[in-house]
Amino acid sequence: MTPFSYARANDAAEALQLGRDAAAAYLGGGTNLVDLMRETVARPDRLVDVSGLPADIAETEDGGLLIGAAVRNTALAEHHAVRTRYPMLSRAIVAGASAQIRNMATVGGNLLQRTRCTYFYDTDGSRCNKRAPGSGCDAREGFNRIHAILGASDACVATHPSDMCVALAALDATVHLEGSGGARRLPFADLHRLPGDRPDIDTVLEPGELVTAVELPPLRLAATSTYRKVRDRASYAFALISVAAALELDGDRIADVRIAFGGVAHKPWRATRAEEALRGGPATDQAVHAAAALEFADARPLRDNAFKPALAARTLAAVLGGLARGEAA
Amino acid sequence: MSIVDTAKQAAQGLMQGAMEKLVPLAPDSWIPGGVPDPLIARKHGLIGTPVSRLDGPLKVKGGARFAAEYRFDDMVYAALVYATIPRGRIVAIDQAAAEAATGVVLVMTHRNAPRMNTPAVFGSSPTAVGPADLPILQDDRIHWNGQPIACVLAETQEQADHAASLIAVTYDEEPSTTSLAGAKANGMEQGLFMGQPLLNEIGDAEAALASAPHRIDHVYRTPRHNHNPIEPHAATLAWVDGGLVIHDASQMVTQQAQTIGEVFDLTPDQVRLTSPYVGGGFGSKGLWDHQVIGAAAAQLAGRPVRITLSREGVYRVVGGRTLTEQRVGIGATADGRFQALIHSGLSVMTPHNSMPEPFILGTRAAYAAPNIALKVEIARMNMLANTFMRAPGEAVGTFALECAVDELAVQIGIDPVDLRILNEPDKDPTSGLPFSSRHIVEAWRRGAERFGWSDRPATPASRRDGEWLVGMGCATGTYPYYRMPGAEARITLTRDGDAVRATVEVAAAEMGMGTSTTTAIVAAERLGLPLDRVEVAYGDSAIPGAIMAGGSQQTAAIGAAVIAAHNALVAELLKLAGNDSGLAGLSPDDVGSVDGGLSKRDDPVRRESYASILSRARRDSVTVTAAGSPPLELMHWSMHSHSALFCEVRVNAVTGETRVTRMLGSFDCGRILNPRTATSQFRGGIIMGLGMALMEETQFDERSGRIMNPSLAEYHLPVHMDVPEIDVIWTDIADPHTPMGAHGIGEIGITGVAAAVANAIYNATGKRVRNLPITLDRLL
Repeated sequence: MTPFSYARANDAAEALQLGRDAAAAYLGGGTNLVDLMRETVARPDRLVDVSGLPADIAETEDGGLLIGAAVRNTALAEHHAVRTRYPMLSRAIVAGASAQIRNMATVGGNLLQRTRCTYFYDTDGSRCNKRAPGSGCDAREGFNRIHAILGASDACVATHPSDMCVALAALDATVHLEGSGGARRLPFADLHRLPGDRPDIDTVLEPGELVTAVELPPLRLAATSTYRKVRDRASYAFALISVAAALELDGDRIADVRIAFGGVAHKPWRATRAEEALRGGPATDQAVHAAAALEFADARPLRDNAFKPALAARTLAAVLGGLARGEAA
Repeated sequence: MSIVDTAKQAAQGLMQGAMEKLVPLAPDSWIPGGVPDPLIARKHGLIGTPVSRLDGPLKVKGGARFAAEYRFDDMVYAALVYATIPRGRIVAIDQAAAEAATGVVLVMTHRNAPRMNTPAVFGSSPTAVGPADLPILQDDRIHWNGQPIACVLAETQEQADHAASLIAVTYDEEPSTTSLAGAKANGMEQGLFMGQPLLNEIGDAEAALASAPHRIDHVYRTPRHNHNPIEPHAATLAWVDGGLVIHDASQMVTQQAQTIGEVFDLTPDQVRLTSPYVGGGFGSKGLWDHQVIGAAAAQLAGRPVRITLSREGVYRVVGGRTLTEQRVGIGATADGRFQALIHSGLSVMTPHNSMPEPFILGTRAAYAAPNIALKVEIARMNMLANTFMRAPGEAVGTFALECAVDELAVQIGIDPVDLRILNEPDKDPTSGLPFSSRHIVEAWRRGAERFGWSDRPATPASRRDGEWLVGMGCATGTYPYYRMPGAEARITLTRDGDAVRATVEVAAAEMGMGTSTTTAIVAAERLGLPLDRVEVAYGDSAIPGAIMAGGSQQTAAIGAAVIAAHNALVAELLKLAGNDSGLAGLSPDDVGSVDGGLSKRDDPVRRESYASILSRARRDSVTVTAAGSPPLELMHWSMHSHSALFCEVRVNAVTGETRVTRMLGSFDCGRILNPRTATSQFRGGIIMGLGMALMEETQFDERSGRIMNPSLAEYHLPVHMDVPEIDVIWTDIADPHTPMGAHGIGEIGITGVAAAVANAIYNATGKRVRNLPITLDRLL
């Protein structure tokens, strides 16, 4: 770990003031950032602790929820309105990490988690364009079981590791930001980037910009939603494939649907092509597999993850089938 | 290896060869264990009573001090820098920034490290436990990706870690072999284990296989595994009056002290190594580079050092289990009797160590077959020296063998339990020796009954519960009974008013499995004292003798040493008792220890208490030391433990995820000394086997020879949700030829588990997976 200074912010204005240096980093629960600092992947010279900023979950005027960035993951997952109106979000959060980590981790920090690519973590012995731009990528021809099959680039095949973010992508959430240029709102789908030739940049946040809240819109079909995570052990492993989905039926046709995948790309993957293909069509396994095939038509599997498109399609079919039958996943 | 070592080994081999011819022919009564240990007949004492770990309360309260919790005045903290190439030379080390960093005391590299001897590599002598035949920080050569090449000492651990991250190294990389294909292309050698070739040929197995009515012939693969004890390796050490004091985490205390002493040209009495508590060993808690580097840095700095490996450090410095490729061929008659048994293949080691994964060991005594061919060859790669990991050989060997047996059962259409019982040997099929104790059939029958084996789906992939395919599988586990020479015990009886207290000192290691508790139980029973009157001292190189917590032999080694010391104690007490005692005129063979004193065996009225003997002799205490008998029983009988394992799995038809839902282990391991700690040993081994079956794999990047998942986040071990209810039962039939009738049980638990899981997965899905781990993509 590289020596750093620590300051605690009492409100957003103070955080922005303290965090304006390029080498400062905002600290939420520290469940990822501190790990990265121990491994010297991250070397901020100042930590600005924003875990004391507002941690409320409030109803919005239009019937959605406004979630403070400092809300702990556990508090969000257990919140009654979340469990009843957006169950996929609750399920996504509890599918991640361990109870101890969820008790520490914040909503804002969860958004800004970095990839679990082992070459990214290996500061001494491996090349990684995300960690050291221009050095190369050892993952592309190496161990890449948990890596991307969609939207990757020659420079980077990393995946975003969050479960919660997959649900937020499916729910059309909005991210509230504050920066030196003032406050702004960003559709969640636009927050994370694809790697392109700058995989070192995970999000579109400006330097020093602070996540202050995440807003969920009212979304009726979200009450019929779930999250399913497929991984290499029963708990405490990152997703090989995960699916967040919400479904509204009209008889035996799909009136509306939301789908996002985790474990497939550099960002939580909103499956707009599949949604479009399914909307208004029959709620059958065949239709779901066809829609998944469309979504993964451009998939570029790597040495260790050729199974992912098929696994994603099967998991999606099982998830939507379960929702259609009114089963909890 | 020097010429002297080679000559020594040849002489040892010659001697061993002669012994191996003579000992089998000797009468039973000449052999240790030829007359059953009297404790076997004692049925209602401490042995067999569940006793919680005596050190449990201390550990729970945080009062047990582990290696990295010792402290010396003026101590500094070490951090290591690891090589990032598999083979070559160091050209330059830029250490200026590290040396200038806050709190740094010194940076040690091969340029300024003290001159040291190369540690004697494991197996080159009875006390040699060095990791590899390589000098440590003595030259610019790199032998594996991850080799420690620099050590930073600083006033705090954080300062040392930070400074280590500032060191930049330039290398001149040389050609290396880091792929299995490359290693095979370089050529294969016959594997040697403990100096003996891993090779058995009886009859013509290939011909018998080719002509058998039923044939199975497949290749099974197991990956590298890394050690992940909960306590990372650590040592706190200091130079005191020219000698070395080391608080270490060790499962081979005496041998480790000896080998380190030789590195620094110290006499045995100049090294004091203690290791009272070890947070898990599994074969890994021995001598690696870090203790030597720590001692060298302490010498250079003139200050005590604490060196604690990070979790990544454990992966870079401490070897694990190497990979195997195993062919198993079984030929059988129409009704399932084995005609041919072939188990052969390769494992990988380095140019600098000698530890082939001996996966045929368990096969040697497993099944009756007139034609047997067993062979392990080795290929060499530039990597960290591999080492022992719980049941080296048997853990992975039983996976291949027991899957093949299951495949044969499917082909013949016979119940796999019946097929195994049908091929039970009546004597050791490869050595021809009689079995000392073998009750595997009883273990199978009791296990099958309790598990509900008769409910197994007869047809694969025929039972479904929603998305889940349900199946059952079974396998045999096996591990030999070992006892190594060199164990001693020192018993001191001290008068305490009208009673006595006993201290039993053994140079043994307690890695959390309950050895100190079991030793107290056995010693109390043998001395005829209550448990709370016996204290056990261990884990200290100042104690005479050498006992290794390895090969599941420690309990037997301690048991035999305590028998010898007890005999010596009885003789000494009879001398002290003299002619005024009711014991007058009796010889040691006539008396036994009962109720805190000695009694004539067939006339218990003739007795005198220990306290009375000591009191009349005007002695406060009496001390004896004795060495255990040479372990000749191993050459006279074929001695093994067994288990019958049953497993129920659910495999998700959508995702391929496997969940083990039930597990039962039915063990035949001689007499169980302490059911409480034994149950934990068995369950822990089974859990480790579940990890091996479903998730454990070291990601060794064949391009660079670098381990890419050196962390508990990415190297998957079972978490609680992966572990089902594990039922454990045992035959509890004493082996008449071992101390206490017991077998060591530290390793048997893991054996056979991966095969039981794989066979259950086949039963659930109809899919046969012959490569570990069985991850979900292999079942889609």
